[in-house]
Amino acid sequence: MATLLELRGVTKAFGGLTVVDELDISVAEREIVSVIGPNGAGKTTIFNLITGVYRPDSGDILLEDRSLVGLSPHRITKRGVARTFQTLRLFLNMTVKENVMAAAYGHTRAGVARSILRTPGQRREEREIHRLAEERLAFFGDRLMGYRWNQPAYSLSYANRRRLEIARATATRPKILLLDEPAAGMNPVETHEITELIGRLRNEGGYTILVIEHDMHVVEGISDRVIALDHGEKIAEGSFEQVATDGRVVEAYLGLRKAETK
Amino acid sequence: MSEPNAPPLEGPGIGKDEWVARVEARTQSGLPGEIRRFLLALPPWARIALIAVPAACIPALTNNGYFLQVAIDTSLFVLLALGLNIAVGWAGLLDLGYIAFYGFGAYGYAMLASGHTGLHWQAEVAIPVVVVATALLGFLLGLPSWRLVGDYLAIVTLFFFQIFLTVVNNGQRIQLPFKKLEAGLTRGPNGISDVDPLNFFGWHLNSLREYLWLAVGAFVVVIGALYLVNESRTGRAWRALREDPLAAEVMSMPVNWLKLVAFAAGAGIAGLTGTIFAAEQGSVFPSNFDLALLITLYAMVILGGVGSIYGVVIGAVVINVSLEVLRTPAHASWLFFIGLVLVFPVILKSWRLRGLVVAGVIGFGFAVHGIVGALWSGGVDGSTTGEAWIDRLIDNWVLLPNDPTVIGRWAYVTLIAAVLGLTLLRGLWRAAAIVPVLYLAACVWENVLVLQPSVARYIMLGGMLVALMAARPQGLLGSPRVEIV
Repeated sequence: MATLLELRGVTKAFGGLTVVDELDISVAEREIVSVIGPNGAGKTTIFNLITGVYRPDSGDILLEDRSLVGLSPHRITKRGVARTFQTLRLFLNMTVKENVMAAAYGHTRAGVARSILRTPGQRREEREIHRLAEERLAFFGDRLMGYRWNQPAYSLSYANRRRLEIARATATRPKILLLDEPAAGMNPVETHEITELIGRLRNEGGYTILVIEHDMHVVEGISDRVIALDHGEKIAEGSFEQVATDGRVVEAYLGLRKAETK
Repeated sequence: MSEPNAPPLEGPGIGKDEWVARVEARTQSGLPGEIRRFLLALPPWARIALIAVPAACIPALTNNGYFLQVAIDTSLFVLLALGLNIAVGWAGLLDLGYIAFYGFGAYGYAMLASGHTGLHWQAEVAIPVVVVATALLGFLLGLPSWRLVGDYLAIVTLFFFQIFLTVVNNGQRIQLPFKKLEAGLTRGPNGISDVDPLNFFGWHLNSLREYLWLAVGAFVVVIGALYLVNESRTGRAWRALREDPLAAEVMSMPVNWLKLVAFAAGAGIAGLTGTIFAAEQGSVFPSNFDLALLITLYAMVILGGVGSIYGVVIGAVVINVSLEVLRTPAHASWLFFIGLVLVFPVILKSWRLRGLVVAGVIGFGFAVHGIVGALWSGGVDGSTTGEAWIDRLIDNWVLLPNDPTVIGRWAYVTLIAAVLGLTLLRGLWRAAAIVPVLYLAACVWENVLVLQPSVARYIMLGGMLVALMAARPQGLLGSPRVEIV
């Protein structure tokens, strides 16, 4: 499998605090890779670095062998990287459908003048955006269907908001999806559902997925490969079993003494 | 991250979330809700026609220059409000420099078509040039919005507005490098007073009627274009940017570019409005573009409903017409008492209480009038200026002392204290306290404010805004916005 996303020696420090330190990650096409690690390990910072919210101090980030470093976030998204946010960042006062439609901005063309003139091309594009949004929302079964389309996003339940974030991210037509704690705040039934959903996103949607998750059931259920981080460094990488039993991972989560007594 | 208050999983097809139903019930209630429903049922062209056709018919009904002038001013305010709504309502950028674009458009036209510069450009050339130039200026002023948001952006844009005022006020000392002007760039506070009327391909616009039609035509074009933009990817991107700039950027929207486009589009509309204004007035003065205009404009946008194009139109019409009506004491009196009646539903929730309070205020008034009249005839000897039956009725209801100056001042201060005190009360106590407060308000109105229309109209405007904001924080036609849930 060809490598889709690659981080080479990426370092990011905030003041004196090095949050990500000489990190190498590579994700192959149609692979699901989980990133785990205790709070403050630098997981979300990696997402912010990949999507261009932060710029790495050193190192390089490559998507299909082309560097993303220095591009503004919307250009990176156009290249094929889409993400969700750990602290949901929906467009709360827009409707559910509009949330998804807005994300089609990057791969549509019609400007202000063409919108005012309603040219045939603009109309076609607009129909295409509607169709895309409906299709992306339909991916979630009846969770986001029907009357919910025209309701403001703030009316959705917490779990549905997480689903809508994923739908919105997929509407940018990404190659790789970065999911930041997709199961946070969900009950066991919903967590199970999201686990299946991530599998379907890969199998049916064809996306490559890099996911941050704390819920080990989810991680176990979805991951082709798991990367464990602590203090911005990779401390383990491999299958879920390999990483879960790794001494340094147990130490990072539980502390040294417990690791020794084990 | 854990979320202790995560709502329980809802099954599909159960129906509306209760919370949504409640929010909807709130937006759909009352007269504004009715208006909103009626408007939403109409197709967009019908909504626009509903506003434009009556406005265009005004010249058929009256030749009164004053009415036509008010209609033109209102149309110009509507255009300005629509332009301001782009940056403020859609893109969520607090732009306090907006009036500078309006002034720039007006002065721009005055430069291109007046005896001041000796240029006499045709309108079909001058208008596009002015609009494009103003839009470019909007682009420039948009640049700080890359780094600044909220209050900081507001201060920088307000500063820009002040620079504009300073430049036009001192323009008699500024000279263009390539062309020597007799009286400097802008003639300073004296203004440019020989601006050409608009001249399209040799057709001169001279009458108020023609300017009104031009303004209404501009309104139809602008609101139509804005409607289409709002329903396009750019409109969605603006709203996304208002909701969450970072998420919008990460969802492939070029936020910085969109901000500039929003500023430029609003500025272009302001420039167009300024052109019509300068040509219609035949002159431009720095005092045409003051802070009061900015505040009035914001009041229009907020009252109508930030982000709703029909809302800001209605806001502009309501406020400008109210301000005009309030100029004349006799009209102002009517508006005040209608206003009082409209305020009731806001303060009191049940019909029985409302009826009781109305009856109470009327009875209380006659009782107080009777008692004061018996004890001290000087306290009720004055009379209102009007001659209609309502004025005679008010004479017998409100205390009108011979010399209201001193008593009036005290009553005014007492009223403000009483209104503040009223906000501390709840339930029946509040209903009971409203009776004397309303009566006091009527007395203050008739004794003090009616005599000073220039002050009273802005106080009334403030009162209207406060009452409306208490009842409908989202404005007349705005949709309620949720910041954090």
